Amino acid sequence: MGKFIKWGLPALALVVLAAGWWLGLAWAPPDREMGDVQRIMYVHVPLQWVAMVAMAINFGVAISYLMKASWKLDAAAEASAEIGLVLGTAGMITGAIWGRPTWGVYWSWDPRLTSQAIMLVTYTGYLVLRRFVEDPEKRATWSSVVAIIGAINLPIVWFSVRWWRSLHQVQSTPKTVDPEMTLALRVSAFGMLFLTLWFLVLRYRQALAERQAEVALPDALPSDLAAAGGANSSGVA
Amino acid sequence: MSTSRPRPIGLLTATLALLRKDLLIEWRTRARLNAIIFFALATLLMFSFALGPDTKLLEKNAGGYFWLAILFASVLALGESFRVESENACMDGIRLAPADARAIFLSKALGNTLLLTALGVLLVPVMVALYGVRIVTSVVDLGLILLLGSLALSAPGTVYAAISSNARARDVLLPLLLFPLVIPALLSAAKATTLVLQGDPMRQFDSWAGLLGGFNLIYWGVGFLLFPRIIED
Repeated sequence: MGKFIKWGLPALALVVLAAGWWLGLAWAPPDREMGDVQRIMYVHVPLQWVAMVAMAINFGVAISYLMKASWKLDAAAEASAEIGLVLGTAGMITGAIWGRPTWGVYWSWDPRLTSQAIMLVTYTGYLVLRRFVEDPEKRATWSSVVAIIGAINLPIVWFSVRWWRSLHQVQSTPKTVDPEMTLALRVSAFGMLFLTLWFLVLRYRQALAERQAEVALPDALPSDLAAAGGANSSGVA
Repeated sequence: MSTSRPRPIGLLTATLALLRKDLLIEWRTRARLNAIIFFALATLLMFSFALGPDTKLLEKNAGGYFWLAILFASVLALGESFRVESENACMDGIRLAPADARAIFLSKALGNTLLLTALGVLLVPVMVALYGVRIVTSVVDLGLILLLGSLALSAPGTVYAAISSNARARDVLLPLLLFPLVIPALLSAAKATTLVLQGDPMRQFDSWAGLLGGFNLIYWGVGFLLFPRIIED
């Protein structure tokens, strides 16, 4: 399992992603109206999808943490929020790059764009909170509460294009677009998903190690050598 | 185990007792109310200075400025509402009482709502005078929006104030957490207020008020459920 995550998962992700992007850039037909500009979809849409996946994981582990406290869940929450924020920001930037030639502007106050911007600021606040609370247990509980409250916005982002028909187009279905486009998009999305999972595992391990170092610290103080044996306990009391 | 264990106090009784205590402290010092009134007045004035003496523009955007002034003042009010408890470890005393911890949320959030509503009532005549607006539809509608908007700022605001009052850099943290969250409430309150001030030919008022009501239901519910986890040790 360890070997697969270290070498197999990134290799699989890069191969699938390369295949998806080759299909999208070279094989799928150009859009009837937008032409080649539309091909950024194979980057933009997967980025937004996996950002949503990461945020949904964050929501899930936040609820789980409140039900059963564990450092693993807290580390997973930190990893998923951070990666979701990075991917969502990248998705927003690619969207802006596409918006300029298509809509004539980089940014419009369309409901989808606005709700996504709110979501990104919300998770920035979440990560700032994590930096500003020193006590690891309080940090884990409070940030879980903030994550749950913030996640109320996620379905609004997702359904915003249906609820308020505005500039941003509605999610396309395989029935409405060329099957070659669907295939390229799906392969790219799976590539992006594998890459995200790899990022998540790496960041999760890092966060967990940080947490364990943090909670082990009081026991490891020189004045308390007797307790040093149990220094790397990781459970929440 | 002694047989004379204290009987748990009901949620409503505890809420009202705590609310009464907070209001009494507020009334005896009047520090918080004075501070937020002058802060909000200054904010309303600043908008007219920043935009120049263009009465048409001020009148057109009055609803938005009104709610921004309340939002900025609410950060002061919310932050202060838990500072009272941080002195002499008052929070620990309240937690030790055999009462539901959710009563703390309800009392604080209701106290903040009352404070913000009072602020809004005081700001309306100032807005009428400074921005040259008229209340076109009904005063009842304006009152309803004021109440719903204050409720909407108070519920998530109280949860976040409880968190940020114990964190480092709490003055930065509260607005950073609260502002993105209350954007839907701010938007619908400002739109509805603008409709009250400029007439509502398309009958949009009810849908904005409904959105505000839905926002309140969600965040009062979530705050009520999650608040005990924040203050536990």
